[in-house]
Parts: sequence; C-alpha cells; structure tokens
Amino acid sequence: MGGWAIAVHGGAGVDPNLPKERQEEAKRLLAHCLDIGISALRSNLPAIDVVELVVRELETDPLFNSGRGSALTENGTVEMEASIMDGPKRRCGAVSGLTAVKNPVSLARLVMDKSPHSYLAFSGAEEFARKQGVELVDNEYFVTEDNVGMLKLAKEANSILFDYRIPTIGTCGAGAAMDSPLQMNGLPISFYAPETVGCVVVDKEGRCAAATSTGGLMNKMIGRIGDSPLIGAGTYACDLCGVSCTGEGEAIIRSTLAREVAAVMEYKGLNLHEAVDYVIKNRLDEGKAGLIAVSKNGEVACGFNTTGMFRGCATEDGFMEVGIW
Amino acid sequence: MGWAIALHGGAGDIPLSLPPENRLPREAALRHCLDVGIAALKAHKHPLDVVELVVRELENHQNFNAGKGSVLTTSGTVEMEACIMDGKTKKCGAVSGLSTVVNAISLARLVMEKTPHIYLAFDGAEAFAREHGLETVDPSHFITPENIERLKLAQEANRVQIDYTQPIQKEVKKDAASADVDSQIGTVGCVAVDNEGNLATATSTGGLVNKMVGRIGDTPIIGAGTYANHLCAVSATGRGEMIIRGTVARDVAAVMEFKGLSLKEAAAYVVEQVPPGNVGLVAVSSTGEVTMPFNTTGMFRACATEDGYSEIGIWPDSPSK
Repeated sequence: MGGWAIAVHGGAGVDPNLPKERQEEAKRLLAHCLDIGISALRSNLPAIDVVELVVRELETDPLFNSGRGSALTENGTVEMEASIMDGPKRRCGAVSGLTAVKNPVSLARLVMDKSPHSYLAFSGAEEFARKQGVELVDNEYFVTEDNVGMLKLAKEANSILFDYRIPTIGTCGAGAAMDSPLQMNGLPISFYAPETVGCVVVDKEGRCAAATSTGGLMNKMIGRIGDSPLIGAGTYACDLCGVSCTGEGEAIIRSTLAREVAAVMEYKGLNLHEAVDYVIKNRLDEGKAGLIAVSKNGEVACGFNTTGMFRGCATEDGFMEVGIW
Repeated sequence: MGWAIALHGGAGDIPLSLPPENRLPREAALRHCLDVGIAALKAHKHPLDVVELVVRELENHQNFNAGKGSVLTTSGTVEMEACIMDGKTKKCGAVSGLSTVVNAISLARLVMEKTPHIYLAFDGAEAFAREHGLETVDPSHFITPENIERLKLAQEANRVQIDYTQPIQKEVKKDAASADVDSQIGTVGCVAVDNEGNLATATSTGGLVNKMVGRIGDTPIIGAGTYANHLCAVSATGRGEMIIRGTVARDVAAVMEFKGLSLKEAAAYVVEQVPPGNVGLVAVSSTGEVTMPFNTTGMFRACATEDGYSEIGIWPDSPSK
C-alpha cells in the first residue's frame, strides 16, 4: 500500500492577470482545505468521509464557485449541483438544481446512502433534503456581490462565462470587471470568474473516493445541468482511482473525462500519471478542462490544458503542494 | 460495411408466460418501428434523424415506458427523460423531468442543436420546449390505466420496480405475474449506422415505477445509458442505478478501443460486469455490426442490417424474422 493521498481543486482556467491578493487568498483556502483533509486522514477517516468534509469546506467559503459564491443563472438565482462516488463498490450520489441546500455535496451523500436512487434533482431533491433534515437557507445566502456584478457583465456581453479564462488586457479583479470591456472573439471571456470545486482521496486502506460541487456556468439557462453531477463526466471513483474534473462542462461530458482516466488505467494498463496525461492530451479535442486524481497506490496527479488550475495535493510521506499555474 | 439499426423497448424480468395479448402488440410495435428505421436508412437519412424518428415512434406507443405509457413517480406523475448523441462529433443533448412534452427525444435534439448546453431539466427544459414550439400536452396524456395499476402494486409492495419486474415478493416466479397488471414495459432506444460509418444513439424513458420525484436515471447521463463515438453507438436499459455506476454505454466503446475487442465481444463483456438481471443494450459499430446482449430474463428488441438480416425478439434465442 502506498499510504494516503489527497488532492483538491478550485477550478481550471485562470486569468493570468489575476491579482496577487486573489491568488494568495485562493492558495490559503486550498491549503486550509488540504489541512482539514490531512487531519481527517490521520484520524483514519475513510476516503468517502474525507472528500465530503473537504468539499463542504470549499462550498461554505464563498471564494470558489460552489455553495455560497456559486455562479448565477440567467435569472440571477443559484442552482447548485454536486456528486460523490465511493470507489470500493462504486456507490454514487448526485444532485442538481438545488436552491436552498447549504451543502450540496452532503445531500449527494445522502442520496447515495439514504435513498434507493443515485441522482435526485430540483424540487424532488429539495423535498428529500427537507425530509432528511439537512440545513436549508434562502437562495440569497448563496449570492455574492461579486457574482451579481459578473452576471451583469455576462449579460451585457451576451455570453456565457465558462470556468476557464482567456487573458484580457488590463484586468485586475472584480473592481475592474465593471470598468474593462468584455471582448467577443468567438469565445467567452471572463475576469475573475468563480470555479467548480472538488476533492479526491485515497485512504490508508487504498480506498478511493471523489466529490465535485458547483454552481455551474454564469448566466446559464434555468435548468441547465453541467458535468459536475454526472457520474463518469465530472466525478468518478472505482477500485483503481478517484477523479474530479473542472472546466468546460460540455467538453467534460462529451469526453466522459473522469471515467476516461480510470478506463485507460483499467483497459490499457497505464499508471495514474500516464492516464491523466493521456486523457488531457488526447480526449478533450477543443475542450478546456482540468482534473485531479488519486490512485489506490497512494499516488496523486493533476492535469489541465487551461492556463491554470487552482489545486493542492498532499501524500502521506509528507509531500504537499498548492498551486495555480 | 452497410447500414445497421437496432432498437429496444426495455430489458427486464419479462415472464416466458407473457400472454399473447401483451406480447403481440409489442412485437408488432417493434416490427413497425424497425420498418420505419429501415425505410429512413434506405432513404439515406442521417443516423441522427433515424434514431430520433424511431424513438419518437416508440415514445408514442403506449406499451413502452417512454412518452405515452411512461411509468409513474411515487406521486402518480410522469417525469420523462431522454438523450441523443452523434458518434462522429460526440455532440449530445439530454433532458429530464419533462411532464408535458410529447416527444422528449426531440427536445433532447433541440438542446443539442439550439443551445450551448448539453442537458436541460425540469422547469427550465419545459420552458425551453415551449419557447421553441415543441408539442406539449396536458400531463394526463401520458398516463395509462396500466401504469396507475402498476404504481399501486409497487406502493403496496413498497418497492421500486425496474424496467421489467414482476410485482411479487420472492425470487422470480415465472407463473406468478399478476393477471391484471401488465408489468412488461421498459425504456426505449435506438442505434443506427449508415454506410458511411455515421453513428447515432437515442434513448427515452419514464424511469422507474414509484421512483422518487426528481429521480434521474441512466438514460440522460452520457456514458451511462447513452453513448456514441466514432467506433459505435450504444443505448442501454435496465436498472438505472447499476448502469450509471457501470458507465455501461461508454465502456462498450472503451473496451473496443483499448482492448481491441469486437463490438459483440465488448458488449457481452460489459453486460457481464453488471450483476445479473439488471441490464441490456443495443449497439452498432461503424462497420455495420449489430449486437443486442442482455442479462435479464428478456429484452424487447429488433435489429436489421443492409444485407437483409433482421430479427425481432424478447427472450434469448427466440428471434423471429
């Protein structure tokens, strides 16, 4: 056994001009979440509990695009989605269209553990949440000022803001987002746009787990579902590995990205790092995305074809790293 | 090479004692839909058009669990979902939570072609349907007396029924199917390839009897119930929760690509990985092969290839030409 390993992400696709203080803020949060995960692993919590714990932390902090701080729909509301998967028996749970559930990843866990199904959405999911007694709040709780501003810009540009970002000239954070013009060059452009979050863990027993949570695309259509709650696309875990993806939802779905990593390990015999490289290089076509992954042997890897990905990873032998580029 | 088409009306515990009054209309429907698909392929319609056309026919047939004839949620309502995918481009569209849209598969196609998204659900999907003038009706249109009865039985048994499950407590008793309730219904799907190797797949369903409101199954999840790429097109049916965790449709193509198995071998392999009694699928390859494996008692199915072969069946080894 290779020991435990953990990776977290706060989204792929980063504006190279992201102001330093935002970068530091993000790195601090990632390090903090890693620490939480590491403590949990040291106390022998199983992988499935650790990923839920860590993603809850990411959802609660408004910095990234999940839970509080989620991207807004075209109506200015929040519709959140999440999924979680437990490697050993490939049990899974997913939720979409949440407007009042404080921690979507925990509801996904309850779907997995306490319902006969794997995926619940919209009013049915929230009814289940009510019955399970999970914490519910008003939709306004999730909406941040930054995102209200971003939505306005997105509408003005009449575009959808994706997770990834294209560098623009003279950007410097949310403040300038209101002043700098958006460009229409065939691709959506964003400033400091919020990001999907995720966590993958392998515990001391070699059990892998993965979880992903998001508010989705800025200015998305009501009812739009992305890759994050789709098993095999945004999230996947099996005996061999655990994977969580972020980036262009549509590209991740089309390439069944998370499953792909496991499939090349399983069917081509690649190791984790080779599998992640292969998949990022060959399976995304024109899509832009990133992912984090762990293997049952205690390895951790990440890959992305975007300009950056907010991420952190750590292994039992003491390795720890937080990065963006 | 040459075109090929396969379609299904659901896999499950279809009793061998299925009475003729339940079996014959379904066989006739399969034959009719197969003919529709064959005619379209002969007329050089693109496989995407072919699968949509055939699934629309299956949705309109009230004997299958899609569109009219969809099974009911625990609240007695209908929540339909569907998915369509083009092999060459891997473009896809999916919808869930529909209650008034007559042809869910056509809405899925519209999502694929008219939005920057892949998947729309519930109110948002319904609103989109209306905006684009898709045919919508009162939800009662989809509800049939058989399904009301089926729901009642399931609630009495306090169980969720998969595509084809007999409403009994113990293990399968082939003769114990309730005389009144026709539990032989299922998801529908169609896969097709033309003689240029263009592939497409489409799946549509009402889901599980007595499912929780808001429950989404495998059908609209790309890689689970539906998948197509340059190698093959797949549409699966059975226990949604198993198909999701088994990424069934994606795995058929993955096993072909990474292990070099033929379509038939790959499909059989994938079906075998799923616990018995839970899955069936139809698939075609870019070279015109077709396969229809299942590990349930039966699967309503039909297929045809350009060389003149055709088959309609329900149980293993019982094809009729």
